[in-house]
Amino acid sequence: MSVDATTVRRIAHLARIAVSEDEVPHLQGELNAMLAFVEQLSEVNVEGVEPMTSVTPMQMKKRQDVVTDGGIADDIVANAPATEGHFFQVPKVVE
Amino acid sequence: MTDLTSLTLAAARKGLADKTFTSLELTDAHLSAIEAARVLNAFVMETPDQARSMAREADARIARGDAGPLAGIPLGIKDLFATKGVRTTACSKILDNFVPTYESTVTSQLWRDGAVLLGKLNNDEFAMGSSNETSCFGPVGNPWRRDGSNATLVPGGSSGGSASAVAALLCMGATATDTGGSIRQPAAFTATVGIKPTYGRCSRWGIVAFASSLDQAGPIARSVRDAAMLLRSMAGHDPKDTTSVDIPVPDYEAAIGKSVKGMKIGIPREYRLDGMPAEIEKLWSAGADWLRSAGAELVEVSLPHTKYALPAYYIVAPAEASSNLARYDGVRYGLREQGRNIIELYENTRAEGFGAEVKRRVMIGTYVLSAGYYDAYYLRAQKVRTLIKKDFEDCFTKGVDAILTPATPSAAFGIGEKGGADPVEMYLNDIFTVTVNMAGLPGIAVPAGKDAQGLPLGLQLIGRPFDEETLFSLGEVIEQAAGRFRPARWW
Repeated sequence: MSVDATTVRRIAHLARIAVSEDEVPHLQGELNAMLAFVEQLSEVNVEGVEPMTSVTPMQMKKRQDVVTDGGIADDIVANAPATEGHFFQVPKVVE
Repeated sequence: MTDLTSLTLAAARKGLADKTFTSLELTDAHLSAIEAARVLNAFVMETPDQARSMAREADARIARGDAGPLAGIPLGIKDLFATKGVRTTACSKILDNFVPTYESTVTSQLWRDGAVLLGKLNNDEFAMGSSNETSCFGPVGNPWRRDGSNATLVPGGSSGGSASAVAALLCMGATATDTGGSIRQPAAFTATVGIKPTYGRCSRWGIVAFASSLDQAGPIARSVRDAAMLLRSMAGHDPKDTTSVDIPVPDYEAAIGKSVKGMKIGIPREYRLDGMPAEIEKLWSAGADWLRSAGAELVEVSLPHTKYALPAYYIVAPAEASSNLARYDGVRYGLREQGRNIIELYENTRAEGFGAEVKRRVMIGTYVLSAGYYDAYYLRAQKVRTLIKKDFEDCFTKGVDAILTPATPSAAFGIGEKGGADPVEMYLNDIFTVTVNMAGLPGIAVPAGKDAQGLPLGLQLIGRPFDEETLFSLGEVIEQAAGRFRPARWW
C-alpha cells in the first residue's frame, strides 16, 4: 500500500501537525518508503495467532480505588505556557 | 593520586570506602572532564552545584557509616528521565524549558543509594534514532575515531550522550533507555557495556514515553560489573507503573565471576546476514570460542521470524508513539505556537516543536491506527510479535540459557552518513537488537574487539525473562577474554 498527497495531508491533520504544501511530496516519499519496508509482513502466516497484548506473563496489579494524590495544582500548572490562576488558557473553543 | 576519572565504578566505590579520596574530589574530577569535553556535546545540561552538594552529602553519609551502595558515585542521566527541578527535554524543542516537579522512579532510586547527578545527557529526540543526530541540541561526538582520521563519528543512539560520556570518562556510569536497541547499539559503538533488562524490571514512571510496550530503562557502564551495580539500584517494583514486576531484585554483582560451565548458548542462524562485514562474523566466532573455553556448550538455534522483527517494530513503535506524543499540545507544558483557534494552536505547536524524524513516526503511527488500516497493519504486527516471542520461547524450552549474536551490523559511522535519503537505512542499525524488545527479553552488549579501522565492536547476549544474572556471568567471560577498550583522547 502507498499513500497519495491527499492522504498525507489527511494524516497530518489527524496527527495535528501543520504541514505546508511544499513539505507534502517529501513526506509522501518517506512515508511510502516506510510502508514499503513493512509490506513484507504480509507474507507471514498469522492464521490463528493471537495478537500480543502483554509481553511479560504477569497479572496486572490493581490498586485500591482511593485518592492517593492531589492538592498540587501549583505543580500542575507550573510549566504551562499560559495560565490564569490554576487554569490553563487556550483560544476560545466555544462560541 | 591516579586520575580519578579513569577508575571503574567498582574501584571508585572501594576508594571511597577506604577514604583514599572523597566523593567531592571524584565529582570535581568528572566535572572538569565534562568541561574539557564540551566538543562532544554529550551533556545538554551540567549541574555542577547540585553535583557538589550531593557529593558533600554522600561524603557525610560515608563518614557516618550509612553509605548506600552507590554513595558518592557521579552519574550522568539521559534527558528522558524526569529530574525534579532540573530541566528535562527528551532533547525535543516541544518540551522547551520543562522543569519537572517530580523525580522519575529510576533516578530517585539512584539518589536513594547515594549517587551524584552530574547533569543531563543528550539523546535522539524522544529516543527516536540510532545515531543521536535527531536531538534538538545537535549531534553527539563519539570519542572513538577511525585510525588516522579526524572525522567525527556518531556514538549511536538513542542513548548517544550516555554512551559517549561513559566512554570518554565524563561520568562513572549513565542511565539510558532502550526501545529498539537504544542502550545496546550505542554501547557497542563506544566500547561500553549496556544492558536492557527484561520488560517490567525497571519502572517506566517519570521517563518520557516513546513506545510503552517496548521502553525499558537500563545502565551504560564502563564494565560488566559496573553495569550490574547500577542495574541493582535502578530495578525494582513500583506501584506507580502497573507493568513493573513485583519480584525481588537479585544482587546482580554476585553473578559476576560465577561459572558458566555447562550453560547452553544458542547461535541463531538467522542472524548471519548476507553482506555482513567479515570482521563481525569473526568476532562472533571469537565470542563463541571464549564461552566454549569457559565451559559453555554452543548450539545452533533457529529464530525463524527474525527478519520480520524490524518491520513489525516500525508499526508497533510509531503507533504507540503517536498515542503517547498526543500529550504535547502546547497547552499544559512546553512550547506553544499561536493559532487562530485551538486546532491551529495544536497544529502549529507540533509542527514547530517536533523534529523531522518524530513527525515521520507520529504520522506513520497515526496512519496505521486510522480507521480501515488498523487490522492490516497494527493487528498483524502484534500477531507477528507473538510469533517472534514464540521463537525465543521455543529455544529456551529446549534448554538454551542464552543466545549470542553480534550487537550491531557495523561499527560507528560518520555524522550525516546514513538515512539522508531513505529513513530505513538508519533503521537497519537495530536489526540485531530490536527482536529483544519485541519479545520483552533482557539483552546485554559487551565490547568484544575492534574492526580494521580501529573502531569498537560489541557482542550481544540475550537471556530468558528476568534472568539478567546469566547475562552478567556470560558478559564477564567475554570482558575477561576481550579486555576493556578506551579511546585515545583527542577532545
